[in-house]
Amino acid sequence: MAVEVKIPTILRTYTDGAKSVPGEGANLAALFEDLESRHAGLRSRLITEDGSLHRFVNVYVNDEDVRFTGSLDTTLSDGDAVTILPAVAGGSLDPRRAAPTR
Amino acid sequence: MTRYDSLADAVGNTPLVGLPRLSPRWDGAAGQPAVRLWAKLEDRNPTGSIKDRAALAMVAAAEADGRLSPGCTILEPTSGNTGISLAMIAKLKGYGIVCVMPENTSAERRQLLEMFGARIVSSPAAGGSNQAVAMAKQLAAENPEWVMLYQYGNPANAQAHYDGTGPEILADLPSVTHFVAGLGTTGTLMGAGRFLREKVPGIQVIAAEPRYGELVYGLRNIDEGFVPELYDDSVLTSRFSVTSYDALRRTRDLVESEGIFAGISTGAILHAALATADRALKAGQQADVVFLVCDGGWKYLSTGAYSGSLQQAAEQLEGQLWA
Repeated sequence: MAVEVKIPTILRTYTDGAKSVPGEGANLAALFEDLESRHAGLRSRLITEDGSLHRFVNVYVNDEDVRFTGSLDTTLSDGDAVTILPAVAGGSLDPRRAAPTR
Repeated sequence: MTRYDSLADAVGNTPLVGLPRLSPRWDGAAGQPAVRLWAKLEDRNPTGSIKDRAALAMVAAAEADGRLSPGCTILEPTSGNTGISLAMIAKLKGYGIVCVMPENTSAERRQLLEMFGARIVSSPAAGGSNQAVAMAKQLAAENPEWVMLYQYGNPANAQAHYDGTGPEILADLPSVTHFVAGLGTTGTLMGAGRFLREKVPGIQVIAAEPRYGELVYGLRNIDEGFVPELYDDSVLTSRFSVTSYDALRRTRDLVESEGIFAGISTGAILHAALATADRALKAGQQADVVFLVCDGGWKYLSTGAYSGSLQQAAEQLEGQLWA
């Protein structure tokens, strides 16, 4: 399945600055494998060592968060738009120091 | 009952109104079940937003546990509405208030906060609300006498919706099948969502979150993201990311078709509600989809959201925090 993948600014070092790149895969896991073959290093920024999606990465297929559609097993169809974004409630806060102060 | 002893007592019990023109199928028939949209008008709260609920509950909880007493100063990171709600309650109860707010929020929000007597500390636009949170935490450490209510992690925020928003929806519309709200602090979805899931078997709880332009995401580091402490993804059944363009488009649809003049985040929520309703229609399922109108459009007039072409308006909104 041929899809378009939108890359956030912070990860464009892996795509030679490209804002979006083409990719292929029957599901998201296969798509990330395919991307890794051309953009080495990208996959490990998205998926943790235990094989799950990184906590602070959100991936959307056609605007829907994949964590609610099967995560890396989410199936893809031709023409789907895949968007990768950093998790936000709003910026640049270190989660290790994010405990409420009161 | 429409008489109250004070403005704070008038928080909640907002109207739920049907949207016969925007609903995919308002009148059902045999073999063609109704798929209806309902808007809960949270702009009818005293300061004009849903945040009055959380602000009132967080202040009450802090008073009950002794952290807040007359003369205290409240500190809060806010993109605007929570600050305005807290400032109103602080005025009624005699507290001081300091709000930490990203500098790229609308002029109206600043003016309202100043009018209510809040002191505003600006955080850099590039850091978004996450940096406002970080700055507020730093200020709290430097000023231990200030009381940070911290809406992102304060259980009273979600509890306000568990006790208020959720039960109100169920009382007004026992046939509710879907609940759609915005995801910011996550308090609304966690509280009302949890209540509705306990009471309505099979209900879908859907989050709509803003997808900003690159100016907002540009500096964010994926290894240092932020997820509010209140957030529990097991409460949700799906989550949509909505672009500024789609949020604006739906905000305009809402006023054109149904006469409801809402803020931009409500447009994002409506976008997710319509996608949800469309799925139910295609699946041949009866649906009563309730979504929240978080606030009115008044505070966003200066952003240009309501004038000119959609494309122009979306471009003007680029780089601004609208939810």
